Amino acid sequence: MVEHADNQSLPQAEGWHAEGEEPAVTLDAFLSQSNATAVRLEPDEDARALIPHLDRLALIEVAFPKFRDGRGYSSARILREAGYAGELRAQGDVLVDQIAYMKRCGFDTFAPEKPLNPADVEAALTRWPEHYQTAADGAVPIWKLRHG
Amino acid sequence: MYKYDEYDHAMVAARVAEFSDQVKRRLAGEITEDQFKPLRLMNGLYLQLHAYMLRVAVPYGTLDSRQMRMLAHIARKYDRDYGHFTTRQNIQYNWIKLEDAPAILEDLASVEMHAIQTSGNCIRNISSDQWAGAAADEITDPRPWAELLRQWSSFHPEFSYLPRKFKIAVIAADEDRAAMRLHDIGIQIVEKDGQHGAAFYVGGGMGRTPMIAPLIEDFVPLDDMLSYAEACLRVYNRYGRRDNIYKARIKILIHELGADEYRRQVEEEFVHVKSLGIDPPKAEFDRIAKQFAPPPLDASAPDEIDRSDPDFAVWVDQNVAAHKVPGHAIVNISLKPVGGIPGDASSAQIDLMADLAEKYSHDELRVTHAQNIVLPHVRKADLYAIWQALDAAGLATPNLDLISDIIACPGLDYCSLANARSIPVAQKIAARFSDLGRQKELGELKLKISGCINACGHHHAGHIGILGVDRKGTENYQLLLGGSGAEDVSLGTITGPGFDEDGIVDAIERVTDKYLAERSEGERFVDTFRRVGMAPFKEAIYG
Repeated sequence: MVEHADNQSLPQAEGWHAEGEEPAVTLDAFLSQSNATAVRLEPDEDARALIPHLDRLALIEVAFPKFRDGRGYSSARILREAGYAGELRAQGDVLVDQIAYMKRCGFDTFAPEKPLNPADVEAALTRWPEHYQTAADGAVPIWKLRHG
Repeated sequence: MYKYDEYDHAMVAARVAEFSDQVKRRLAGEITEDQFKPLRLMNGLYLQLHAYMLRVAVPYGTLDSRQMRMLAHIARKYDRDYGHFTTRQNIQYNWIKLEDAPAILEDLASVEMHAIQTSGNCIRNISSDQWAGAAADEITDPRPWAELLRQWSSFHPEFSYLPRKFKIAVIAADEDRAAMRLHDIGIQIVEKDGQHGAAFYVGGGMGRTPMIAPLIEDFVPLDDMLSYAEACLRVYNRYGRRDNIYKARIKILIHELGADEYRRQVEEEFVHVKSLGIDPPKAEFDRIAKQFAPPPLDASAPDEIDRSDPDFAVWVDQNVAAHKVPGHAIVNISLKPVGGIPGDASSAQIDLMADLAEKYSHDELRVTHAQNIVLPHVRKADLYAIWQALDAAGLATPNLDLISDIIACPGLDYCSLANARSIPVAQKIAARFSDLGRQKELGELKLKISGCINACGHHHAGHIGILGVDRKGTENYQLLLGGSGAEDVSLGTITGPGFDEDGIVDAIERVTDKYLAERSEGERFVDTFRRVGMAPFKEAIYG
């Protein structure tokens, strides 16, 4: 299991990037410039292309142009499974009903195009008492709880 | 049967709370229908032509009497006093009000049931052999494997926004009673060197592009099964097509990549996934398997059946199957009376079947993919009493696997996707062939009707299949011959131009007459078709 900060507060990044933050560059731009520390990954881009460079990345922003397109969930898990410990942000058509699964896949910040109601976010993230399966959030799966 | 523990209860309760909240936000206008749609779908709620339809999961088709009675209760309280059993071993209610849905889910949760992932682009309810635990030909009960998969796939965070829906079936016999190779993943539990493992067939399906799943891995050990499934799904989630809804199922990905390249990618992913520790220990499988222990059946129970009532004897010959324990039998209850709607049962009938299960079948029932109900563990000495009770309730139609045991989708009478009605066609065919002697003369003949190209009525897999299409605003029915969803899996071939509603019934009669004229000793309809080919049938139909 990959270790990373268990960020309970799940800050919502505002807009494209927070004040003073380095803008995320495209995957192509990132791979051809050695000094960037933030990258944006589109749904059809291979998260594994970043694996050799995880050490110098502070932010990976995964794009969700449409909430129905679930490729970003796999991208997130692949990055966490490879040991990425920096910020992993879900950006775009990110809805309150998706964020609990996103968090399980390793996202720790959210930049939704339409702002989310903080009470709904809180409810969504505290809804599930346990989880059936291992994912990238470090949660202990139910089968392990059953057998110690 | 699997019984929930505190964790299972808590998970289902959380889901009910979550969906209640989502319905509340929808009714308050806080979320749009577009945003609500995938959420209600993942809770089994469809918007149909006239009302909401709720699809309730029956994991691997297994129920106890308490759960069955709850299905009757829901039909009575929230619907129009009946339910419709489906080809994925689930039950659907056709006249549900959105505001009632949370209360229904709460009622279901009280008997360890739910509607989780019965639709939507996620891993659907796991289906299985309706004779699991009772069939003489199985190497083990497949349901513990299915339950392991059920838990792994429930609320799976990575695979809830797949390119398209994803269906898994698990069997453990060479005879395939679950249309295993027409699923996105079909698993057959097999034995190698004294160990059981899972053979993975991936990329089957029906719909507008029917495909038979190729074998991707012939033996995945129990300890690796969930990792292997996870690898199969991850490759699909990343590379399945999302540009065209009609090309988004995994069968298209595997067809385009080729089975060998898909296998290579899965194996590469599997090596990685296996290192993550997602497979539960054997102790968890054993905990589940213990709950599917065979019921205490007395192998010295009398094996003779008193066949002095001729109507009873006809039913025994057609609807009762061999059990692995002597003195016992598997009862198949047909939900296909002549003139009825295939798969429908009234609340009173559902209650009666629950009573019979409690009294005579160790409290177990099964739903079959052919839309019938099974009492899996019955003493032969009790068969007559069971038959009398079924007969009095209109549930003793002796037509299992005969031409009137029709699979039909709800069609244009209910479904917003349909192009044509299925139910009236099924009724007219059943009426035309209502003479039981004639049906028995025709022997095993699996007839399957879909009201549109999505193939919910499995028409590709029918010995005789019917596909309803819309032709310039009128309903038109295409005829297919030679399909099978069983171990001799094959896809039907279209005969030629389609027919109107009466014309299709006439065409089927010409086909069956031709079969009787052409068949050799011991041949079923599909055997004769495979031997002689389409030409003689085409000639008989079109002249």
